[in-house]
Amino acid sequence: MQGFIIMEENSLKIAVLSGKGGTGKTLLSVNMAATAKKAIYIDCDVEEPNGHLFFKPQNMMSEEISIKIPIADEKLCSGCRVCVDFCKFNALAYINNKLIVFDEVCHSCGGCVLLCPNRALSEEEKIIGKVQKGVSESVTVITGILNTGEASGVPIIKKLLKDLEGEKEIVFIDCPPGSACIVMESIKDADYCVLVAEPTLFGVHNLNMVLELVTLFKKPYGVVLNKCLESENPAEKFCIEKELIILGKIPFDLELGTLNSNALISARENKKYYEVFSSLLQLVMKEVEHETAINS
Amino acid sequence: MKIAIPVDDKSVETHICQSFGRTQYFLIYDTETKEKIFLDNRAAGSQGGAGIKAAQTVVDNNVNVLLTPRCGENAAGVIKAGNIKIYKTISESIQDNIQAYIDGKLSLLEDIHAGFHNHGGE
Repeated sequence: MQGFIIMEENSLKIAVLSGKGGTGKTLLSVNMAATAKKAIYIDCDVEEPNGHLFFKPQNMMSEEISIKIPIADEKLCSGCRVCVDFCKFNALAYINNKLIVFDEVCHSCGGCVLLCPNRALSEEEKIIGKVQKGVSESVTVITGILNTGEASGVPIIKKLLKDLEGEKEIVFIDCPPGSACIVMESIKDADYCVLVAEPTLFGVHNLNMVLELVTLFKKPYGVVLNKCLESENPAEKFCIEKELIILGKIPFDLELGTLNSNALISARENKKYYEVFSSLLQLVMKEVEHETAINS
Repeated sequence: MKIAIPVDDKSVETHICQSFGRTQYFLIYDTETKEKIFLDNRAAGSQGGAGIKAAQTVVDNNVNVLLTPRCGENAAGVIKAGNIKIYKTISESIQDNIQAYIDGKLSLLEDIHAGFHNHGGE
């Protein structure tokens, strides 16, 4: 039972992701977290976090997140352009004997500061967003918020996930949509990935994108088919063909849609939905245990 | 006076490129010597910040004016810091635009766009 011991020592992290927005990542992660005895819900969709609208957390705490941007000392700068040539993102230009820094293009790698032969560059803090923490019944709700206009939410996600060290509760990571850097950062430490898919051809395409990502990251995963209708489901067909684990199906249901549109947590409002999400969570837990057992 | 123009190919018959930052080449035309030089735009394949790097190339070649159909705000920032004036092209033809500039028929590029930043754009 080594796998069990691993789970006791660290929090179990379940990431919920999908290839596009609006498939049901937040519906699923919010409701699964609400059915867990005790849980941490993390909204990594920092460009448009909305999980907090459902949880309406109390006792809010907020912490600003900043990144480091290079700043040049004109007196020390010799105009050698080592930094300009080094920057892969072209965040620096040297014009009229003056270094220009494009903050929003800079990825804060710090390379220019390290390489400057004249030590003319230093770093200054720039606030790009914040992390909010509050409580909603048995769930600790943590939200990452990226300020409008900022280039990358990765530093905020790093902070969100770093703060989890030492936590023992089950963690639900509500990922940003897609399969770009920001999603990679969100699932990096996840123990299990839940892929949410819509019953359309477009849904299949999006599912395939995140499928490639979790395969690349060698993460165990399962699929939840959302918005299921009576008619043919291309996403389900895709799962069967590829022999993917289907964790469950959520019906395209007016009542569920209404509750969700009113920013209510369906699992808390209606016993029927509690059962849906609770059994989904149990199935996920079983899969994780199975995965941990074969990997240990 | 030196004029820079983003162009698709290294030939006088080529067209003006619709993108400043990701143009393949820059034509540098000297109005006094009538000399034409084609420069590779090393920024064309950049992951990001192509406009900034392309603008650096233009500034480094001691150009006085830039003729372009469009220009993003970061690139325009660099170009303006280099005291280069940006004029809006009126057609795809290089000859027509150079002549129009010399005749004083081109107007300054006013609509600096916010940049496409990895989202492509047309």
